[in-house]
Amino acid sequence: MDLDALRGKLAYQPLLLGVVGLSASAALALANTATRDAIAAAEVRDMQQSLAQVLPGGFADNDLLADVVELEGPRGVPVRVHLAKRGGRVAGAVFQVAEKGYSGDITLLMAVDRDGAVLGVRVLKHTETPGLGDKIEVAKSPWITGFDGRALGDPAPERWAVKKDGGIYDQFAGATITPRAVVKAVRGGLQFFAGHRGEITG
Amino acid sequence: MSVYREIARNGVWKQNAILAQLLGLCPLLAVSTNFVNAVSLGLATILVMAMSNLALSSLRAFIPYEIRIPIFILIIAALVTVVDLAFNAWLHDLYLVLGIFIPLIVTNCIVLARVEAFAAKNAVGASAFDGAMMGVGFVWVIGLLGAARELVGQGTLFSGIEMIVPSLQGWQVLPADYPGFLLAILPPGAFILLGCLIALRNWIDARANQRLAQRRAEAFAGT
Repeated sequence: MDLDALRGKLAYQPLLLGVVGLSASAALALANTATRDAIAAAEVRDMQQSLAQVLPGGFADNDLLADVVELEGPRGVPVRVHLAKRGGRVAGAVFQVAEKGYSGDITLLMAVDRDGAVLGVRVLKHTETPGLGDKIEVAKSPWITGFDGRALGDPAPERWAVKKDGGIYDQFAGATITPRAVVKAVRGGLQFFAGHRGEITG
Repeated sequence: MSVYREIARNGVWKQNAILAQLLGLCPLLAVSTNFVNAVSLGLATILVMAMSNLALSSLRAFIPYEIRIPIFILIIAALVTVVDLAFNAWLHDLYLVLGIFIPLIVTNCIVLARVEAFAAKNAVGASAFDGAMMGVGFVWVIGLLGAARELVGQGTLFSGIEMIVPSLQGWQVLPADYPGFLLAILPPGAFILLGCLIALRNWIDARANQRLAQRRAEAFAGT
């Protein structure tokens, strides 16, 4: 049949759109199948690397990726809490917290021990100004390790802030909003842990 | 063969997507903070442009003029998503850095512009080549901008290369205590440097034209 005559038909256009849509979906389904396992593996590897950074070596003897409870977080969004167990007893918990930084959310991963003291905090994702706000990354500055060992009562609640606001944590030259957001996020994380301590430690 | 040469010349210099047409500035400014990110996004863009030009040129006989745009976008979007999935699966660290800018290749107007202006009217081989060459034009400009911003802003080159080739390391060009020059990293620095590049291109072109005119005049005087 003549292609030009066919193209003039009213049904040709919707049919063509349908066929193109179907082929595009088929291509996506194929690509998804081909990459699914590799993506899942990459995400597990990512998570393991982050977990290893916030938890001291040998802290837990279970598979943290499998031992997860979902609890209601501060903004009503569920928070996935990874339980770090030693000999079957919950020794600590690892979870994500987020806070608005200077430009967009700063996402942190923090580990807290059974008694509510910080084991470690790392930045997972941020879009702060390079060269100023990115000192919250452990690769750029050891600043973030200053939270290690801190708890809700240590320092006292009004000192849980950057120095400019009367607290104990350093701000960076030219960037106060970023460290302020991180301090707030960590404090929020500790409050979240305190509020759910019974459920987490079981 | 001269057709291909003309396509290459257009893509890389004469109708360079950025320097001449000023298309695709959003990813250009956002991702060119260092060389590795810039070139990686550029390579992904080459891939998408060559594939979309190839696919749409081979389908061009079937696509009626009235509904060409939805079909173009549908196919480009599918191709970009495939590239996005591939990056996520096999270049995961880089995927985390480039983030939203891989899916945003869909909205890069260079891609749609070349499909509309070239692939819809030309043979398959020439179209794929045109897509690739336009992509090359994008890569060298974004790579140059990325290298300049990284060098001036942080005093390094190739930082983050270990995400692609794990055995390699970034290169600290300036002394390690170089304080950095923030403006170069921030968006205004990208605009300023891009402006300089465009000025440089215009200057080179103007000089070449002047020489050509001079030579013609001399040849004319000689006859």
